Amino acid sequence: MKRPSGPFLLLGLLLILPLMLRDAYYQHLMILVLMWVAIGSGWNLISGFTGQVLFGAAAFFGFGAYTAALLSSKLGVSAWWGLPLGGILSVAIAFPFGWICFRLRGPYFALATLALNEIFRHVATIWESLTDGMIGILVMQTFISKLPYYYVALAIAILSIVTVDLVMRSRWGYYFVSIREDQDAAESMGIDTLYYKMLSLCISAFLIGIAGALYTNYMGFIDPKVVFSLHEISIMAILVGIVGGVGTIYGPLVGAFIMVAVQEIFRTGGFGVLHFIGQSTGWPFMSGVIKYVSEAHVLSFGILVIVVILFLPNGIVGDWSLIRKSLFKSKKPAV
Amino acid sequence: MAFFKVQGIVKFFGGLAAVNGVSFEVKEGEICGLIGPNGSGKTTIFNLINGYFALAKGEIQFQGEKISGLKTHQICQRGVGRTFQVVKPLKRMTVLDNVIASAFLRHHPRSDAVKLAEETIEFCGLTHYKDKIAKSLPIASRKRLEITRALATQPKLILLDETAAGLNPHELEEAIRLIKKIRDSGITIIIVEHIMKVIMTISDHIVAINHGMVIAKGTPAEVVSNPEVIKAYFGEDYRA
Repeated sequence: MKRPSGPFLLLGLLLILPLMLRDAYYQHLMILVLMWVAIGSGWNLISGFTGQVLFGAAAFFGFGAYTAALLSSKLGVSAWWGLPLGGILSVAIAFPFGWICFRLRGPYFALATLALNEIFRHVATIWESLTDGMIGILVMQTFISKLPYYYVALAIAILSIVTVDLVMRSRWGYYFVSIREDQDAAESMGIDTLYYKMLSLCISAFLIGIAGALYTNYMGFIDPKVVFSLHEISIMAILVGIVGGVGTIYGPLVGAFIMVAVQEIFRTGGFGVLHFIGQSTGWPFMSGVIKYVSEAHVLSFGILVIVVILFLPNGIVGDWSLIRKSLFKSKKPAV
Repeated sequence: MAFFKVQGIVKFFGGLAAVNGVSFEVKEGEICGLIGPNGSGKTTIFNLINGYFALAKGEIQFQGEKISGLKTHQICQRGVGRTFQVVKPLKRMTVLDNVIASAFLRHHPRSDAVKLAEETIEFCGLTHYKDKIAKSLPIASRKRLEITRALATQPKLILLDETAAGLNPHELEEAIRLIKKIRDSGITIIIVEHIMKVIMTISDHIVAINHGMVIAKGTPAEVVSNPEVIKAYFGEDYRA
């Protein structure tokens, strides 16, 4: 807000990025980053700003993804309709869920969202006549090039950030933060806390559901293990929020970028650097190292979260002034 | 029709009757003091009026309408504000944002809410702290913030729960001045207070309770000379 030109510069960069970055692999990563921006923003609204920890983002993500997939496989409608519909149907799930489960507070609510996640995963696995169970659903991709997907993902990411930003500047935003800070005080200030918590959850579910539908359209294949995955979606959503900055507008953007990068660095053994070392030196143990490193990416998430919580409790965006100060300090003696 | 009326309210905690058949009335524009030894049920009465706890029996009426059974936020919308004995500032928000969040109750466009919040902050003398984060305030100012926040909902009746506890003599004088100023602005006040100096100087009318029951009602002078009240505070030996 101090530099209103910042976001526009970033937007400009993101608009021309795929034109400069022609490698399909990096375009793929950028699409994932943008999808995570939407999921992270959704998570951040309900958990970061409203203080109700969502441990089951995959419930809404998977629901959006399956909405898009089923539209195509069962009704023969274009899976792109899943984008609006996936969001709306996720809200239709969030509404009764919130109405029942917002009587729970703190960790109990978080556990209820975890349960919602697991319920949907099992339903999607067991209800084979509808979802084909573990076989999954294949959707024909519309485009061969990644560019259209990139711009759709960018539009969704922008929609998420702008939505969260607008909401947080409004009366709703004040109410959400009041509820996070002290629910009893908020209630006695005349705020209908149940209503506003549900409102926040519904907006979150909408954004996460759209991201899920985007995933179906882009990947062309979904199964319950992937889209309702606890550690690949639900936990990842929390990590994106925490690393980027809980309760910050641009936190999920930074978090998504870092988390996708970290995941890929480990998964590909430092973008193939380890592989290259192994090949050029001929050290026999390198293949073992590569195997362990690629399996360690979940461990790396854990370590990253510990480091962030210890040193940057407000995330990278939330503690940006702290980071800048320490960078400035460490540079100063050198000058 | 009484402005505010509590009729035979009862609240149990397990088998203990924390509030047992309390009745009293408050006239519009007066300050009603609620006194009693520790654990006598004063804060519980506030929590019952406020809708934080549900009544086991009895009824609470405000401006001729039954408010018991409504939710806390609905009671606030009807015009009953409250402060908490253990202060509950919205810690990571600035003082101004705390009050704006309250002001939104009756003032919709943001600019209106901000205007009301700023006026209320000035009325309560917190202008100095306006842009400070609420958790950084000293206790006297946090208590004041509680009042400011309650006032920003523009109540007709305000419940003040030990807003003078833990203040030094100078702060106490200021607190008394503020409470009188609130009354003069036309807001009816029910106040729970341990500090006799405060309660005696400002109350028009006092209700003394012990073990969840009303033991005396009347003007400050009548209540402090009441033998039951002296017994409740000092024990049998001091019985007048």
